[in-house]
Amino acid sequence: MKRFWISVLILVVVCLAGFAAYAWKPAIDPIEPPQRAAFDKLLIEKGAVLASVGNCTACHTKPGGKSFAGGLAVPTPFGTIYSTNITPDPKTGIGRWSEAAFSRAMREGVERDGDHLYPAFPFDHFTLVSDEDNKALYAYLMTRHAVESRPPANELPFPLNLRFVLAGWKLLFFDKGAYREDAAQSAEWNRGAYLVEGLGHCGACHTPRNALGAERKGAHLAGGEAEGWDAFALDASSSAPIPWTHDSLFDYLRQGWHADHGVANGPMAEVTGNLGRLSDSDISAIATYLSSRMGEPTPERAAAAEDIRKKLSIDQGGTPIPASATTGSPTSRGGAIFQAACATCHDGSRPQPFGGIDFHLSSTIATRDPQNAINVVLFGLPAASGRESPIMPGFAATLTDDQVADLLGYLREAYAQKPAWADAKAKTADTRSGKYRVSVQPSDGIERSPDNVGAKD
Amino acid sequence: MVKLNVNGTSYDVDVDPATPLLYVLRNDLKLNGAKFGCGLGQCGACTVMVDGKAVFSCLTPAMLVEGREIKTVEGLGTIDDPGPMQKAFIEQQAAQCGYCIAGMMMRAQALLEAKPDAADADIRQALEPNLCRCGTHMRILRAVARARDLMQGKSAGNMAPSAATGRG
Amino acid sequence: MNAPNPLPDVTRRGFLAGAGALVVSFAIPAEAQEGEVPTAPGGQAAKPKRPGSLADMPSLDAWIRIDADGSITVFTGKAELGQGTKTSLRQIAAEELEVEPAAIKLVTADTALTPNEGYTAGSQTIQNSGTAIRYASAQVRQILIAKASEKLGAPVEALKAQAGAIVGPNSAKASYGELVSADFLHVDAAADTKLKPPAAYHAIGKPFARVDIPAKVTGGEAYVQDMRPPGMVHARVVRPPSYNARLTDFADAAVKAMPGVIAVVREGDFLAVVAEQEFQAVRAMRAMAGVAKWQEQPALPDQYDLPAFLEKSVSEVGAVTSVGADSVPGARTLEAQFTRAYQMHGSIGPSSAVAMVDNGLTTVWTHTQGVYPDRKAIAQMLGVPEEKVRCIHTEGSGCYGHNGADDAAADAALIAQKVPGKPVRVQWMRDQEHLWEPYGPAMLTRASATLDQNGNIVSWHYDLWSNSHGTRPGSAGSLIAGRLMDRHFPPDPAKLQISPLGNGDRNAIPLYDVPNQRVNWHFIADMPVRVSSLRGLGAYCNVFSIESFMDELALAANADPVEYRLRHLKDPRARKVIEVAAEKFGWSKDALPAGQGRGFAFAKYKNHAAYLAVALEADVDSDSGAIKVSRAVAAVDCGEAVAPDSIVNQTEGGILQSMSWTLYEAVHFDRTRILSPDWSTYPILRFSAVPDSIEVQVVDNPGTPYLGVAEAAQGPTAGAIANAFRNATGMRIYDLPYTRERVKGVLGV
Ligand code: FES
Ligand code: FES
Repeated sequence: MKRFWISVLILVVVCLAGFAAYAWKPAIDPIEPPQRAAFDKLLIEKGAVLASVGNCTACHTKPGGKSFAGGLAVPTPFGTIYSTNITPDPKTGIGRWSEAAFSRAMREGVERDGDHLYPAFPFDHFTLVSDEDNKALYAYLMTRHAVESRPPANELPFPLNLRFVLAGWKLLFFDKGAYREDAAQSAEWNRGAYLVEGLGHCGACHTPRNALGAERKGAHLAGGEAEGWDAFALDASSSAPIPWTHDSLFDYLRQGWHADHGVANGPMAEVTGNLGRLSDSDISAIATYLSSRMGEPTPERAAAAEDIRKKLSIDQGGTPIPASATTGSPTSRGGAIFQAACATCHDGSRPQPFGGIDFHLSSTIATRDPQNAINVVLFGLPAASGRESPIMPGFAATLTDDQVADLLGYLREAYAQKPAWADAKAKTADTRSGKYRVSVQPSDGIERSPDNVGAKD
Repeated sequence: MVKLNVNGTSYDVDVDPATPLLYVLRNDLKLNGAKFGCGLGQCGACTVMVDGKAVFSCLTPAMLVEGREIKTVEGLGTIDDPGPMQKAFIEQQAAQCGYCIAGMMMRAQALLEAKPDAADADIRQALEPNLCRCGTHMRILRAVARARDLMQGKSAGNMAPSAATGRG
Repeated sequence: MNAPNPLPDVTRRGFLAGAGALVVSFAIPAEAQEGEVPTAPGGQAAKPKRPGSLADMPSLDAWIRIDADGSITVFTGKAELGQGTKTSLRQIAAEELEVEPAAIKLVTADTALTPNEGYTAGSQTIQNSGTAIRYASAQVRQILIAKASEKLGAPVEALKAQAGAIVGPNSAKASYGELVSADFLHVDAAADTKLKPPAAYHAIGKPFARVDIPAKVTGGEAYVQDMRPPGMVHARVVRPPSYNARLTDFADAAVKAMPGVIAVVREGDFLAVVAEQEFQAVRAMRAMAGVAKWQEQPALPDQYDLPAFLEKSVSEVGAVTSVGADSVPGARTLEAQFTRAYQMHGSIGPSSAVAMVDNGLTTVWTHTQGVYPDRKAIAQMLGVPEEKVRCIHTEGSGCYGHNGADDAAADAALIAQKVPGKPVRVQWMRDQEHLWEPYGPAMLTRASATLDQNGNIVSWHYDLWSNSHGTRPGSAGSLIAGRLMDRHFPPDPAKLQISPLGNGDRNAIPLYDVPNQRVNWHFIADMPVRVSSLRGLGAYCNVFSIESFMDELALAANADPVEYRLRHLKDPRARKVIEVAAEKFGWSKDALPAGQGRGFAFAKYKNHAAYLAVALEADVDSDSGAIKVSRAVAAVDCGEAVAPDSIVNQTEGGILQSMSWTLYEAVHFDRTRILSPDWSTYPILRFSAVPDSIEVQVVDNPGTPYLGVAEAAQGPTAGAIANAFRNATGMRIYDLPYTRERVKGVLGV
């Protein structure tokens, strides 16, 4: 018996030692911050494009703050993480990181000093990035303006505040290694896959996560969550009333909106804003890869889309139906609210991309989850400072939870021909109270003002 | 018929319940404070308070605010007995054409009622939805900060220029 | 505000001929009614030098009236546009009349009551009307003293005006009311009235709170939008989708049946609806927009290649100045080209007007800048004599030039004809204002200068390409309703006019001392995009260009930009504002942290109005392309400062508005339609981008003529931002606005 316990003990010690050996990462020596002249101009320019694919600035820039200086609060189900300063400031940024340290962070999710990084930094995607691309990214970041700025400490509960715990997470969920081409697919498809799965880290938002915050392998791009927003499915389960095609994806990613789908908002607005730097061929590659993941629409979906197109061509700028019902069924109440509060902008007569979308086209109304609709109704789309953007007022102060639910119920039935969401009222209450945290940001460009992480009204 | 409670008084107004609150306030209740600026929720000229929160009255159908407490700039005080927000704007001479000002005041009032010790940065952020084309921003910020101090009982500060009392 | 109740029977003469009034009339130069025409650079022209000119200027009187009860009324043909002139004009009158400003009643622009002072524009209210009222008031005081001398039997020298009375030795005293009680006097203004010396001022230059603000912050009736005369009905217009679209089909039966609809108006391509309630009118308007079918034609230039459009559309070239030799040898010659996009006035309150037809008289309450010219155009549009139209200025939202005000007035006048006896209130929707107001014209400018060995400028060539910046009313073709209605009044043909005041060429001549100068305006008569006067007119782009170029020259000469400007300026007042701005700002050559820069610029508005210099600090984020102006310091000299706080207020506002133009603003269009219908598509300054501080130093010159100030900051602010950007990044942007995309494009990575 005693020997048994000794064996167990030895086993535990060996495991722990093994884990410790696995978990322990060496620090990489600091360097003197390199000068701009140390990098080739073309390499820096290539890095700029890659950084925009990675949407780096979105997380690493605070509203109204300096680019890449970090400090943005990123709400996660486990607590709030603050993004780091990735300017080449030697004290508070990555000025003393060598290229090897940078590449290791991308490939393995480890800081220069050996600490594990939280997967809020999507190293599970960045691991796919090629050495050459990391080189270019490094050149780009090391030639930004150095900004001295230290982000606030993360707000995470024990034991998540212990970095080595992350090693266990990696052991369970992380596959390290650069992208490997699929020989059965075209070069364009492979390029698209490399960008989408790697630096673009689309799955970080568009793939659902498990209880430990890892992307669910079996549900790749099946729709996820980002900063309180529902990130739509990018596979066959896409909720777009008019199915996405290569061309519509291309236009949407290129210009931030598409006549069949409306304008990018929520965190997606920053993505399309940043993709402005990307070449047409790369955007086309992304569209090729994503449209292949979505596949051809079923005949029913295609027919439904045809119906919508017909309806829109007749409806254009039609006469509004007078609203008078303040009682009656929930949907008739909702219809009255729509006519009174929403139709001014959403009657389909205002020019796209910034005029209100005709809800026949809205994925937000057609999708399975009411969250995005709730977010937009409550908080609106705040104006971007000094740039064109859709602007929508929030209705949190005027609509009660019941009224929001009535309105959404009406929109579901009238526009998506689907039954009302059962959980709309409860989710509205949670969103309003801040129990469910949503980051509200302007819908165009890369700014995030006002700084409204968590909906405390 | 819509029942509205505005600045502490109840009204029965004979309008289509879908009518935006802005038009009801201006035309039926003859209150000038809330202004039409865009009708789209983009400028804030029409801002009033509903249950203590700033809303765009141009996109708020009257039927949604029945029975709730609506406050307009007329509810902050009168020309003969201005409230602290109004005093502060007069004292700081915070207007050029003045068209945006009532909306600014209502949004600021909502902020200060929710957060009496709002920092200058909070004021700036709260006013973001409201536009002013005359460029009166610096004075508006000063006036709101002054209103905050007045409401907190701090009376020291810039004194008003001696008043010319004629009406414009 | 002016009373909403019409006074149809009152003519000016009749009104003024009431018993017991003292009335003084005097003349204003004829040009003043033509629009933005200045007083002579000396600022004295409002005081007639030669009585002979009175004969050329019928009905150009400014008036002061004192009633038997002692009340004083001052009439100005100028309008309050948010500049605070209702207060400053009172201060001026009160000064010479020896009363408190609050004691003065002021009646502003009204074709039935006030003198024709043309437009309230060009920063000339104080310069023109203020000067006029000042001299008139001083003369009234002297007349009162003369009367009192008779009445009290005391010599004129022993009497003085004090608090509404003339007082003399041994408590002798006669109130103004007593002195005018039995008299009616009509006097022409004297040429040599003596004004009070600055040392004796009790009102001018003193801090008076603005009279209009209390009502504006307490919900008083302050704007034309707030008028509610009994029986008022609400109208909305429906505009074509593009300038030249023609109505092909309009089935109005359903609209007529909508609740509350009183009338559906169709006059050619002009559409409007009148309803009992405002929201009923809005709904009917939307329904009408849905059923109106239009035929459109592509007629707009390529938004992304404006220089090419401007260059190829030149109809005429005018020499703005030509001094010295055409070309002189020098050490080096520099050249640069600048552009500016079409930009909007963008009033926060869309245009509005109330009109009523009563007994054949059409009365229009309007926030126009020119009640008389607007009346003329409306009368022509309606086909009636001018006396059958009365325009009363009633405040609106700030306009910053010729916006939709006159057009809304015309809409109201036209619609009111269909519902006689009812006051009709027209309120434009946001998109109607954004799409139809006349924009500030796009411009192209080219500068070239030769420097001598020491870096001093020896020759200067400057060329500008632009439409006219003045298409204000005068005729029915200047009004949207006039153009759309059956008769389709054509727009007035644009004419090239070079005057000291300037138009597109305003401030095109650099104030700097350069011996050899050539300045030309390449005039474009064709106006595919509707344009007119926007605050500052050509001065905004010309000063931006000249001040950007001056910094390039300073760099080439290896000189500090402030020192370089001073070196080319002898005018002591110009030098003074530059020195004050530089000093208060803490101008220095010390390096700033990476990405930050300082910029300086100066101009004397119109080359004969206010002097203004501004220094500012900006922070450029090269990765986002965002420019943040953190601090600005301006110094301004507009002659004698009547209302210093209003000068500061106007200048702060000018700086912020110009900053918004400069950083963000461009009207978008495709070949057929304007694509900027709202604040989504035409973003302007929001609070998050407002600088931490703006400091305005007023350089006062008591006793000197008034120089207009309201537009003085527009050009220099743009120049200072351009120069701060150059200083921060080592690169220059030559095209307005400085959008993020442009910044990123210029800076690269
Ligand atoms: S008028 Fe309501 S937001 Fe502009
Ligand atoms: S004061 Fe005129 S719009 Fe703000």
